[in-house]
Amino acid sequence: MATEKFPGRFESLAGIRKFVSEAAVGAGFNDKEIYAVELAVDEACANIIEHAYGGEGKGEIICICNNINDGLEIILKDSGEKFNPADVAVPDFSIELEKLKPRGAGLFLIRNMMDDVDFKFSKEKGNELRMVKRREH
Amino acid sequence: MELSTTEYKRCDVVKASGRIDSYTAPELEEALSSLTAEGKYKIVLDMEEVDFMSSKGWWVLIETQKNCKRYNRGELVLTGVQERIRDSLNLVGMGSYFQIFDDVLGAVGNF
Repeated sequence: MATEKFPGRFESLAGIRKFVSEAAVGAGFNDKEIYAVELAVDEACANIIEHAYGGEGKGEIICICNNINDGLEIILKDSGEKFNPADVAVPDFSIELEKLKPRGAGLFLIRNMMDDVDFKFSKEKGNELRMVKRREH
Repeated sequence: MELSTTEYKRCDVVKASGRIDSYTAPELEEALSSLTAEGKYKIVLDMEEVDFMSSKGWWVLIETQKNCKRYNRGELVLTGVQERIRDSLNLVGMGSYFQIFDDVLGAVGNF
């Protein structure tokens, strides 16, 4: 198990991606799977900073990587406002360009890049996002 | 991320390299909006050396595309999009809003 704390700032994203991609390499993923893990975690952390914390410099993001039998489990914790995935509408990209609104693509990507995605919240512990990626091969 | 802009007769080519995420996307936004602010709406974004792009980057491109296509005055086209980035773009469904060319020559020739 590897754990690291990062400041809740957008400049932390590169370091967070590096941290999880090293875990993904260690878990035996191929390049496509490693990119999927990096993208899902980047989107999740950007959402934490933007929505749970409501901006940069408001708190930390704790990232935990666990090797599991058939892949990798990643847990992200923050102490921001409750994030309720049900509040985020699935983006509709069949509509005309002018009507597109920048919301929801990150969560959609996370759900499609990872095999399991679970959000939990408690007042004491804040948000906890658990994601699992399984090896395809 | 690094950015450079080259002016051609019929369009402008913006070459980006590195990783485009929530931290670096504002730089891309600035480079593209400085072109549209000058009335340049025919833009090629060369992404051959971009090896990561999150949805924040895609939204910058969507907003630029809206601006360029308004009144049929131009278009933002993409070139050299790496396969894994293209896969994520198509997975979300944003791919339909952009013409993607294999190389800069083809993209420039489109205008």
